[in-house]
Amino acid sequence: MEILMSIMIGIVFTVSIYLFLSRSLLRVTLATLLMSHGVHLLLLTLSGLQRGASPFLNFQADAYSDPLPQALVLTAIVISFGVTSLLLVMAYRTFKVHNTDDLEELRGSADE
Amino acid sequence: MTLLHWATISPFLLAIVIPFFFKYFKRIHTGWFVMILPLVLFIYFLSLIPVTSSGEVIVRSVPWVPSLGINFDLYIDGLSLLFVLLITGIGTLVVLYSIYYLSKVKEKLNNFYVYLLMFMGAMLGVVLSDNLIVIYVFWEVTSIASSLLISYWFHREKSTYGAQKSMFITVFGGLSMLGGFSLLYVMTGTFSIREIIANVDLVTGSALFLPAMILVLLGAFTKSAQFPFHIWLPDAMEAPTPVSAYLHSATMVKAGIYLVARLTAVFGGSAEWFWIVTITGLTTLMWGSVSAIRQKDLKSILAFSTVSQLGLIMSLLGVGSAAYYFNEGDNALYTVAILAAVFHLINHATFKGSLFMTAGIIDHETGTRDIRKLGGLMTIMPVTATISLIGLASMAGLPPFNGFLSKELFFTAMLNVTEYGIFNLETFGVILPIVAWIASIFTFAYCLIMFFKTFTGKFKPEELDVDHVHEAPFGMLISPIILGLLVVLFGLFPNILAYTLIEPAMAAILPGILEPGQVFDVYIHHWHGFVPELFMTFGVVILGTLIFTTMKKWSQSGFYQGERDIFNHVYDGGYAGLINGAQGVTRVQMTGRLRDYFIYMCSFIIIILGYTIYRYDVLSFDTSNLSPIDPYMWVISIIFIGSVVSVPFINNRIGVIIVTGVVGFVVALMFVVFRAPDLALTQLLVETVTVVLFMLAFYHLPKLKKEPVNIRFNLFKLFIAVGFGAIMTLVSISAFTMGGEAGFASISDYFTENAKELAGGYNIVNVILVDFRGLDTMLEILVLGIAALAVVTLIKLRLKGSEDV
Repeated sequence: MEILMSIMIGIVFTVSIYLFLSRSLLRVTLATLLMSHGVHLLLLTLSGLQRGASPFLNFQADAYSDPLPQALVLTAIVISFGVTSLLLVMAYRTFKVHNTDDLEELRGSADE
Repeated sequence: MTLLHWATISPFLLAIVIPFFFKYFKRIHTGWFVMILPLVLFIYFLSLIPVTSSGEVIVRSVPWVPSLGINFDLYIDGLSLLFVLLITGIGTLVVLYSIYYLSKVKEKLNNFYVYLLMFMGAMLGVVLSDNLIVIYVFWEVTSIASSLLISYWFHREKSTYGAQKSMFITVFGGLSMLGGFSLLYVMTGTFSIREIIANVDLVTGSALFLPAMILVLLGAFTKSAQFPFHIWLPDAMEAPTPVSAYLHSATMVKAGIYLVARLTAVFGGSAEWFWIVTITGLTTLMWGSVSAIRQKDLKSILAFSTVSQLGLIMSLLGVGSAAYYFNEGDNALYTVAILAAVFHLINHATFKGSLFMTAGIIDHETGTRDIRKLGGLMTIMPVTATISLIGLASMAGLPPFNGFLSKELFFTAMLNVTEYGIFNLETFGVILPIVAWIASIFTFAYCLIMFFKTFTGKFKPEELDVDHVHEAPFGMLISPIILGLLVVLFGLFPNILAYTLIEPAMAAILPGILEPGQVFDVYIHHWHGFVPELFMTFGVVILGTLIFTTMKKWSQSGFYQGERDIFNHVYDGGYAGLINGAQGVTRVQMTGRLRDYFIYMCSFIIIILGYTIYRYDVLSFDTSNLSPIDPYMWVISIIFIGSVVSVPFINNRIGVIIVTGVVGFVVALMFVVFRAPDLALTQLLVETVTVVLFMLAFYHLPKLKKEPVNIRFNLFKLFIAVGFGAIMTLVSISAFTMGGEAGFASISDYFTENAKELAGGYNIVNVILVDFRGLDTMLEILVLGIAALAVVTLIKLRLKGSEDV
């Protein structure tokens, strides 16, 4: 299962990097969303999958799945939600101000 | 913190309060407050002379970063005491001189004295510290203070140029030196100089011996203005004259000498050290003295003269290091070079200090330092002329002044070299005394030029900008007079220094040469009989006078017309190249395109991780520990892969949102499969909100355009993306399969075992978040709050006027 997951993680990263390299600001926003999915799955996979019961002590199981990556991922989901929404609003504002969402046209630096 | 530590950092402490003195005691020159400190320190350190002259050392230790072996250990032996006496003694005189040199009304004295005190403290730190890292830190502080003082009159373009140049060259050397120190640590496992000397076998036997030596020497040579790094010193003369007298002749430029002397016990005895230090020193001596006679500015002459004299001391240290090769105890044949080096170090500080001060007086009173405009000042400034005469005669090596004695010893040391018979000296050895002799001829010549062009000949008031030229005020003359008296005193009675300062310093430079209880025999003679040294001095006087008398002829040549050192072209060219190169790189790199930056990042990640994977043979993972794949997992996987891969191909806004939504919900499903119910719940919630948010935002955003078709670029994008994805897959597999090999126990068990007992909860994940790592979660909420504020601001806030963003 871990190898299957690793391959899927690779695919998620491939697609998200491909989207990052596109010209549309929206696709870049989607790319961050996808990449955060990839990272979450990666964190879970690293500790091994399905190694025991859900991490509830009242199950009285012999083994539980590793709770630490789950706690990490839980935090990461919330933070990535914050990142995505901020990026989305920034894309919105950029479009309102510059009337374009094409990164090629938005290109420029402070000293120009 | 001991008294010695307080003494070392006291200049820094005084530097903090000096600006207030300057502000609130306008009527008293700030220098008077400053002068007390070096004077007190000088007296304090003088009181330590009996300790070091009896062969003892003082060690005071304060831990700083003990885990890295970095301690603020102070260490006083003969060598460091000699230097602290120079720093505080000359420091007192220079501050006194500056009180009359710098106007309390016009100048920013607060800046000046803060920098000067900063330098003084750092210099004390360099020569007193035992720990190499502490030395390095103080060393760089002296570089910074020096640059600040050179650019004290920062509105002058030449000042900032000189400051920048000295900064570049000395900091380059300082960083090399840090590298050398690190290599010494690698070899010996300690940063303490005393411990390194005690374990010197570890250094001499190591393959890193030569690299460490060259790196350390780069630091010493740049600081002590050795050829070809000497070019910063003449440009440093833009500093106020007290600074030139203090930093750029008496103390800071001798830090390199100090380092070489201190590390002679580590590197000495090897042929490489002998030749590199000796040849660099002699080349510098020669180059400096020949360059000095081309100069027209009094301070430039003194600058090149300082370069040349530093080379002289350096070459003596190089020659003296052979004492470790022979290791025959107090054999004057080998140790006389060290004696000459220490003695000349003291002498140079006295006569060069007084000469800089008289040059400053001439500049102050006549408004120029150009020897073509000066002349006939002897009758107008008799005291200044007398002090200059004493200083110059000493520098030229004339009896009965102290420079004569040390120059004779220098010749003796160089002549002794021909008898060593090691390091190929039997063939090349004879070159050393010849170079020393020729350089001394030029030294004699520029001393003559400096004296006669300034003080004799016709007085040319029409060339000067000031109306009435007169002798300097008495206060300004005190310091040069004291130094001039010392020149005479040490010249007539050199043996008052012999066992108080010189012998302890020699013993500190050459530890381990003597049996315990022995002392070096130091007896400095005025008259040796008709020995080769005496005839060499006769030759110097005759030929030097000849050069001076024929000056009219050779002064027409191109040699005399150009006065800039040719190595300046190398520096200026290199500097311009550096700026252009940096701009070129920035232009190529900073395109302003997001995707270019992404391509850089991804490429580097692929290269570095790919190399690591290849290097550590990660691909040979074992598959025994994998969990089985449930049949429904295949279905989930196919849906997941299908929806992820279709995202880039959809050009419909609603379609894209739905597909990414599907991806998110499948991820939630996977969380269920992986026994992570909390994650699944959170993911479901977040995904729903995200989809709604996207819907809202997309309403205002333009339609997704089809990406322009550029097959080659798309293939390149695909290549980068696939490479990155493949690397992540490998990272994931190898981290999973090899995680157990790291040798660390998992910390997860702690939470599983203690969740109920310590936190009273059954849901381990929740307990971790709200109890064990509660503070982290709170800060996470804070981050979300900030993000929410930013979202509101971006939507609501409008800047006034036409300027938006």
